[in-house]
Amino acid sequence: MAMATDVTRSVVGDSLRGEKRDLGGAIFAGLLFAALLAALAILLLLFWDVGRRGVPLLAERGLSFFTNGPSGSASKAGIGPALVGSLLMMAIVAVVAFPLGVGSAVYLEEYAHDTKLTRIITTNIRNLAGVPSIVYGILGLVVFVEALNRATDIRDTGALISGGLTLAVLVLPIVIITTSEALRAVPRTIREAAYGVGATRWEVIRSHVLPYALPGIMTGVVISLARAFGETAPLLLVGAVRGFFATTGGTLEQILHQPYTALPVQIFTWTSQPQEEFQDLAAAAILVMMLVLVLMNGVAIWLRNRYERRW
Amino acid sequence: MATPPVALRPSDLQRGAGPRRKETAIRRLFFAAGLVSIVISALIILSLVSKSIGFLSAIEPQWLLSNNWRPRNNEFSIHALFVGSLIIASIAMVVAAPLGLGTAIYLSEYASTGMRRRLKPIVELLAGVPSIVVGFFALTVISPGLIQQVFSGAGLFNLAAAGIGVGILTVPLVATISEDAMHAVPTGLREAAFGLGARRKATSIRIVLPAAVSGIVAAMIVGLSRALGETMVVAIAAGGSGSSSFTLNPLDPGQTATGAMATLATGTDQVAGSGAAFPSLFFIGLLLFVVTFTLNLVSDRFVRRYRRRY
Repeated sequence: MAMATDVTRSVVGDSLRGEKRDLGGAIFAGLLFAALLAALAILLLLFWDVGRRGVPLLAERGLSFFTNGPSGSASKAGIGPALVGSLLMMAIVAVVAFPLGVGSAVYLEEYAHDTKLTRIITTNIRNLAGVPSIVYGILGLVVFVEALNRATDIRDTGALISGGLTLAVLVLPIVIITTSEALRAVPRTIREAAYGVGATRWEVIRSHVLPYALPGIMTGVVISLARAFGETAPLLLVGAVRGFFATTGGTLEQILHQPYTALPVQIFTWTSQPQEEFQDLAAAAILVMMLVLVLMNGVAIWLRNRYERRW
Repeated sequence: MATPPVALRPSDLQRGAGPRRKETAIRRLFFAAGLVSIVISALIILSLVSKSIGFLSAIEPQWLLSNNWRPRNNEFSIHALFVGSLIIASIAMVVAAPLGLGTAIYLSEYASTGMRRRLKPIVELLAGVPSIVVGFFALTVISPGLIQQVFSGAGLFNLAAAGIGVGILTVPLVATISEDAMHAVPTGLREAAFGLGARRKATSIRIVLPAAVSGIVAAMIVGLSRALGETMVVAIAAGGSGSSSFTLNPLDPGQTATGAMATLATGTDQVAGSGAAFPSLFFIGLLLFVVTFTLNLVSDRFVRRYRRRY
């Protein structure tokens, strides 16, 4: 009995003086930090693997890697048309997804009341963001490719415009969600002040809410474009070409209806070749893609930090 | 001498019919944009269902029950594909659940505000890595460097390597959603625990985790849904082809629902073999859509539960 109280006293005393080492706690904290470091380690390992194969190839090939098209011989193959295809599709994504997504978010945040329809729409948007990307490929195949084939006399399996529209639909939920967050961050008082001096709802949105939310919206758009840039699976279904392809130029309409390929699809083509040289090509192309993506993410983070307001 | 006072009526303050008509038009325009997501969902369901009906009416029902996935031979084993998907998703969650949750607890409970600001971009950067890149990584590093070293019998293409790759892609998702949930737990609960003499570890495990459990469950469900829908890692590293056998062994090459769709879309099945081969991808797509949509709806319920509580 007396011993138990002594033990209790010493334990309590030790912990009050903070003398007892908390070994379990330290190990736990270490494990948690290791989980976080694992993410960093994976990223570094990934860059190392891609760099080890890609950098020598880029150094050796130089500019020709960026201008040449796909080729059966690895020493001549390049990412030219793939890069052009990806950039053109990003332009389509920006033109289609940006106004639709921002418009949708403005409706939900500024106009809509909390009705059943509004709740269905917001739940639906969150669910759309979770639909596997390959399912969007089916949508693109059935709606865009087949519709395009019916509307024009092209009997091809896909065209640039179908790929771009499919990617635009794919990233639309992301644009809506990020824009909604940006709009919600603009305080009520700003709107009320504008209403107070007689502005109409549209005037409030146009001259107050949208300008203040713009950095947040731009961050979302950049993130969406980055997502579209790296997306492969849906493009396989809407007919991105996996073989040979030449940029022939022409009018805008011709370009939009051309067979196309994209950088990630080109990478996929190369990874499915058994020869080592094609694996190196894939690594070099991945390196280019990752650099572009890091740059875009950097822009997004910079926009967020530069213009972030504390109300 | 003084101008007679003008009575100001409410209608004098009102603007003309022109601006009001403009306001209504703009409102309608935004409403139309708001409906776009509904239209997209409807189009997705419509395309999947109509094409699936076409596929199902073109085949014999018992073709779906065969044991292997050989669309060219009219063997459309749906269960072989979804068992493959489940194997991949399970391996992915074994990787993503501890790493994602550990990251989330560290960021939410241990890291200082400054540390958090500096460490979070790592998770965001990992979230931005395209799946095709992770697929390449799975094939060139994870499979030869890890799986084949540990299990000497494994071939270069195997489900395990693809599963780990999918897990890497799922980590940021699990981490972000769990961290949001833990962040939403009121500080008062933590302070009460500290006041009773609990250490940080006990507070995290015994107080914060139980309080955030619905959000963490949501994170796991969303992670599972993402893992089931992941395509490119599987298409590159799992070794599925137009003719895959049913397998339960993660060291075997295998096919998944998503992998089969990618193979059908890129392969020669479009031209060769039975006319039902290519349309089968719509049916797989429909099943995949139903599974992931259900999982997402369930997780949405869980998220709303903790949002409502705090």
